[in-house]
Amino acid sequence: MDDAVHLRSTVCLLGRFPALAGLDLVVARGETLLVRGANGAGKTTLLRALAGLVPVVEGRAEVLGCDLRRDRRRVRPRVGLLGHGPALYDELSVADNLRFWARAGRARPADLGAAMARFGLDGRLRDVLVARLSAGQRRRAALAVLVARTPELWLLDEPHAGLDAAGRDVLDELVREVTAAGATVVLASHELERAAGLATRSVTLAGGRIVDDGSRWPDALAGPRRQEPVHVA
Amino acid sequence: MWRDAVLVAGKDLRIEARSRVATNQVAPFALLVLVLFAFALDPDRGVLTRAAAGLFWVAVLLCALLAVQRAQTVEAGEGTADALRLSGLDPAGIFLGKAGAVAVQLLVLEVLLGLGLVVLYGVDLAGYPVLAATALAATLGLAAAGTLYGALASGSRVRETLLPLLLLPAVAPVLIAATRASEAALGTGGLDVAPGDWLALLGVFSVVYVAAGTVAFGPLMEEQ
Repeated sequence: MDDAVHLRSTVCLLGRFPALAGLDLVVARGETLLVRGANGAGKTTLLRALAGLVPVVEGRAEVLGCDLRRDRRRVRPRVGLLGHGPALYDELSVADNLRFWARAGRARPADLGAAMARFGLDGRLRDVLVARLSAGQRRRAALAVLVARTPELWLLDEPHAGLDAAGRDVLDELVREVTAAGATVVLASHELERAAGLATRSVTLAGGRIVDDGSRWPDALAGPRRQEPVHVA
Repeated sequence: MWRDAVLVAGKDLRIEARSRVATNQVAPFALLVLVLFAFALDPDRGVLTRAAAGLFWVAVLLCALLAVQRAQTVEAGEGTADALRLSGLDPAGIFLGKAGAVAVQLLVLEVLLGLGLVVLYGVDLAGYPVLAATALAATLGLAAAGTLYGALASGSRVRETLLPLLLLPAVAPVLIAATRASEAALGTGGLDVAPGDWLALLGVFSVVYVAAGTVAFGPLMEEQ
């Protein structure tokens, strides 16, 4: 199978609550999928499930060829998740944080240096403690960690949040670059105009299911790289 | 696994060096405990000298609680627990690294407390090879058990109060064995028991908890 993501009737529980309630979704490799939905629709749970962090209790779920129901830990080193939190240690400097996470992910030192430079972290911010960074600077550092790890599947939860205009441009350029190189991106966002410009396809979640597979994509939100309208199993 | 352990231990020790919680809070707390024991028991140094080994290990135990809680707090930042699970690091390596970092901090603290015993209680540190062996074995056991129970408690909303309830009864054998072995080395014990038996008990305790931690830490991380 050449799909990066293949979910069929997938159910994930948060406690007893079905955060994903029989969700069907296929994402081809190299695609950029925008996941829309109101608060509590299941966007974050979907991303965490794709990362192998939330157990799938029913249905079929394969990510990058790994069966999430059988062994969800296998897929983890191959995905990069940008969540709501920066996943950085406040009491370490930017460089120490990046060095730790890059080594943990077996990234090459050259990739680490390039990632820092890309997000403007190789100058005066390099030795600043993360606790002293602004929210946007933390976001940049978190993105730099992902870049250094070079994942095959990028899972971005509100990636533009907190970034300034320059940071947003760098992020958009990065997404286009990694998908052109063959990686897959799934991003959840409320900033639809910005995110739609990146996405090749969009789905809308509500109540843990896909309620709009993108066939009714509003013209105002249609991005320049929009391709196939629907790809739902 | 060992590479991951070294990586995690280095990270934790670097965080402690930067934050200075161990030097500015835990170490003064440990010395304060020694001083308070001296106030509570008697200014008579004879009593303090006889009780020195037990007081030393009670102080170490209290500091171990702080060190373990601190090691768990470090991972409580937004997204760091998820990032550790996604990193590809071996959970057994993470356990060994975190336990190793706690052990290093405790060993430094024990040296400081040992000096405190000499200065405040007038203890003569004779038999130091046995004392060193006791400290190594007991510290390894405390760090391993503490890291394991710390992970167990970290999923709870009442983790700060749950950890002492879980850990203190579990490490009672360490307190007893380390105290008896130290008394034998210092010559302050009432019983004429060779320290070897107590050292063996400490060794078994450490091996059991290191083994249990390397096996159980992964599933515990998944539960958080």
